[in-house]
Amino acid sequence: MIGSFQVAGNLFPELTRLQQQLEELFQPAGTAGIRSVAWGAFPAVNVGSTADSVEVIAFAPGIDPKEIEITVDRGLLSLSGERRTDASQGQQAADTYAQERFTGKFRRVISLPEDADPAKVEAKFRDGVLHVTVAKKESSKPRQISVS
Amino acid sequence: MSDNRNVTERDQTANVTQTGQTRNMPKQALAPAVDIAESESGITLVADMPGVAKDRLTIKVEGDNLTIEGQAQVDVPENIELLHSEVRSPYFRRSFTLSRDLDPAKIEATLKDGVLQMHIPKSEEARPKRIDVKVG
Repeated sequence: MIGSFQVAGNLFPELTRLQQQLEELFQPAGTAGIRSVAWGAFPAVNVGSTADSVEVIAFAPGIDPKEIEITVDRGLLSLSGERRTDASQGQQAADTYAQERFTGKFRRVISLPEDADPAKVEAKFRDGVLHVTVAKKESSKPRQISVS
Repeated sequence: MSDNRNVTERDQTANVTQTGQTRNMPKQALAPAVDIAESESGITLVADMPGVAKDRLTIKVEGDNLTIEGQAQVDVPENIELLHSEVRSPYFRRSFTLSRDLDPAKIEATLKDGVLQMHIPKSEEARPKRIDVKVG
């Protein structure tokens, strides 16, 4: 084997990844608008909805939360920032065997549902996960109408 | 039915014996993206494991096999309906084979903001040495 560190089962995770990418490619994207079609980009994003809010979960490990810029404009939530390479890692390394992790600037745009309220956005960051909560407009919340 | 139960039970026992712990990881897990670099002192492995807290991360060395496993935890409201999902599993797992020149007993690992950084030092004998040539 070449190199002193063999990546066992390297092929299978790669195949799984490929399969996921293909699945994603052929799956109708629920919330993708014309400006938000970037699949497989960094950070990976999950979007969920409840009766009161739209929850956007961005998987952004290794990023300083202060450096993430979050904006809401015309129903688009945009997340941008930069992930830098670890300086301690690059300097003294003689050989690099794998470099799968994303580095550099990123920007992801997520189109929010129409009933999202751009004035009520909250963001939390924990363990490399950015959690953005966008409240829904009062008028669009489900109401129960009682029959008198 | 009874067959199924048997299989499950056997799997659990196998897991307990192999890993020495009771937490079972499901078969479907994502392979975290990694950076692997080697220096004179050893190998540095950096893995992206967003959402994984320290208490949900497991690093195992069995023989020459190194496995990193973690479970991401994201607090979302209970009645959430998923509209779009790129991360399909909260579990991360990846295994590597260590070569003999590495010293698994001295692995150092730190976890910060969902990034696991490990340093696997080379054993003393395996480090490159400079041999002085005496002038005769």
